[in-house]
Amino acid sequence: MEKLDPKKNMWLSLLPGLGQFKNGQKAKGCIFLGIFLLFVIEMIVFGAGALKGLVTLGTVAGRDHSMFLMVRGTLQVLLTVIFVIFYGANLLDAKHTAEKINQGKDIPKTFKELGQSIVEGGFPYLLTFPAYILMIFTIILPVFVTLLMAFTNYDFNHIPPASLISWIGLQNFHDMFMLSSYRATFNAVFGWTVIWTLCASTLQIVLGVFTAVVANQDFIKGKKIFGIIFLLPWAVPAFVTIMSFSNIFNDSAGAINVQVIPFLNHFLPVNIPQISWMTDPFWTKVALIMIQGWLGFPYIYVLVTGILQSISQDLYEAATIDGATSLQKFNHITLPAILGVAAPTFVTQYTFNFNNFSIIYLFNNGGPGDVGGGAGNSDILISWIYKLTTGTTPQYGLASAVTLIISAIVICVSLAVFKKTRAFEMD
Amino acid sequence: MAEQIKIKKAGSIKRSRFLKHFLTYLYLVILAVIIIYPLLITTMTAFKRSDVVAFTLDFSGPWTLNNFKELFTNTLYGTWYGNTLVISIFTMIIQVAVITLAGYTYSRYNFVGKKWSLTFFLVVQMVPTMAALTAYYVLGMLLGGLDHDWFLTLIYIGGGIPMNTWLMKGYFDTVPYDFDESAKLDGAGNFTIFWKIVMPLVKPMIAVQALWAFMGPFGDYMTARYLLREESNLTVAVGLQEFISDPKDQQVALFAAGAILIALPICALFFFLQRYFVTGLTAGGAKG
Repeated sequence: MEKLDPKKNMWLSLLPGLGQFKNGQKAKGCIFLGIFLLFVIEMIVFGAGALKGLVTLGTVAGRDHSMFLMVRGTLQVLLTVIFVIFYGANLLDAKHTAEKINQGKDIPKTFKELGQSIVEGGFPYLLTFPAYILMIFTIILPVFVTLLMAFTNYDFNHIPPASLISWIGLQNFHDMFMLSSYRATFNAVFGWTVIWTLCASTLQIVLGVFTAVVANQDFIKGKKIFGIIFLLPWAVPAFVTIMSFSNIFNDSAGAINVQVIPFLNHFLPVNIPQISWMTDPFWTKVALIMIQGWLGFPYIYVLVTGILQSISQDLYEAATIDGATSLQKFNHITLPAILGVAAPTFVTQYTFNFNNFSIIYLFNNGGPGDVGGGAGNSDILISWIYKLTTGTTPQYGLASAVTLIISAIVICVSLAVFKKTRAFEMD
Repeated sequence: MAEQIKIKKAGSIKRSRFLKHFLTYLYLVILAVIIIYPLLITTMTAFKRSDVVAFTLDFSGPWTLNNFKELFTNTLYGTWYGNTLVISIFTMIIQVAVITLAGYTYSRYNFVGKKWSLTFFLVVQMVPTMAALTAYYVLGMLLGGLDHDWFLTLIYIGGGIPMNTWLMKGYFDTVPYDFDESAKLDGAGNFTIFWKIVMPLVKPMIAVQALWAFMGPFGDYMTARYLLREESNLTVAVGLQEFISDPKDQQVALFAAGAILIALPICALFFFLQRYFVTGLTAGGAKG
């Protein structure tokens, strides 16, 4: 049998399908050529226009809808990327198949054989296909559109289709960091976002770990009842409790001011005055952090309880014989065991709270007061984005720029953690 | 003398142990009270007269079921609840199906591009998608999905896929490969191995995933508020907030009644599936 030249076949497949024909795979060649032709036709009929629309974002106000053009253009870019991947695969396939033939291996030639080999080898692709399609439309496309939107002047003055949107480069980022009014807002909101994330997440983690350790001591009776009670904040949907808390912390009619503080004053030597939870920024923030502690500790509690029960009792007995104190046992046995398993989960608590929209918005609407740019005193970045895109003077472009900043922060932190997690696994 | 010291020492050990027990129980009881107190307030307010203003723990009556009647006759609560149930159920079924297939594939098969695409899942999972609100809005406008349940359902399904596929893969990995191999030797096909051998062993994780997927739409406020406009299309989280959103006219009793009807079934489901949680959590947590 004559030897094929894999390299030459690869060059032939610059027109997809040709290399496959040369390899004797008529079925595959037809399909590849068909895909290629389909893409070319799509590109001529629809794609070229879509890409052009992405560049111009429309030329006639009232007729061209800039945002639709952007979405279609982005979709076309994604389609093109997928085609490029297919094209590369086609080149490699022509080469590898020729090598296989040279080694005397069987390859599927007819449609029937190809069908069989797809059922066998293509099974994994078939099973993950739905996941990819869904992700492209609900994650990848919106994320890319947001990315592009950050570089446009999409705002209340430019609402398509009545008026056109145009590319403005880094103007939104420039406004955010250089324009004094927005910079002040961004700094205030970002500062509180960081404080909020650190305090709330740390509180729920410490509370969760401490409660798990305390509630897991051998002598405790009624563990089951305590266990159920401590799970309640997790079991009840968070938005229900947050709204309830916003009533409970109400300045004039809420239970904290009407009941709890007078009750505490019975026992305490000092008199606590009524606190303006909803109208004083400081106390709103304190309330938010406490509520998140309440909401978030059960998850940590359950996780840590599971870990504690898996630690061998022998370790503790051995430590006791060696004369270790309770604190030493905790520091050298319990804590490392907890961190070994739960450290990644702990970090996700921080990234979660960084974007914890519900509690901020539902408790006090991001208020009280105003720190400029439409943001209230307890607004974090994500709720500021929400306010920038709603209301009477929406600033979509600016909001997208903030979204990019948020995403960059979250992704950087997560990647760092992932690397650490990998290190955990290698041990 | 030595005897006396011994007794004294034993006494102090006893005393310190008593102190430890006392403090432990004190902590647990106080924490339990802090947890139950707000929940009890909401529960009780649901059975108060609808003109109640104070949101406090108050055992003095009068008690009434009027709020619940009011909810279903004079407000759109029933419709909102129905909307949310439809969205939740579809989200749960489709998402669990998709991530189970994908998780199984990534755990069991080797194929070209596997490592690459897994990394892709991982990075995508880090993107805070809900921040892409405006993009969803434009997309909804383009596809005619604004103010429609199916569009919101799609977003809920898609958003959970990358993260949950990873968790599923991690859990599938805990099922030994030997099971597959011996089944293969017995002549079982791909599908039989998946459905009859591996699936029964990952039921706990599927239960957990189903619960999470089901609870998601109930708990989401931001996306639903942004994409749904018509009163009769709202989900229950958005609708419920309207009862208390006007500071001058807060209907706390009505809100409380609505809150209870959401919290009860979800709580029940939660505790029903709770035994699976610890295994699911630690397995998932260990893998990240």
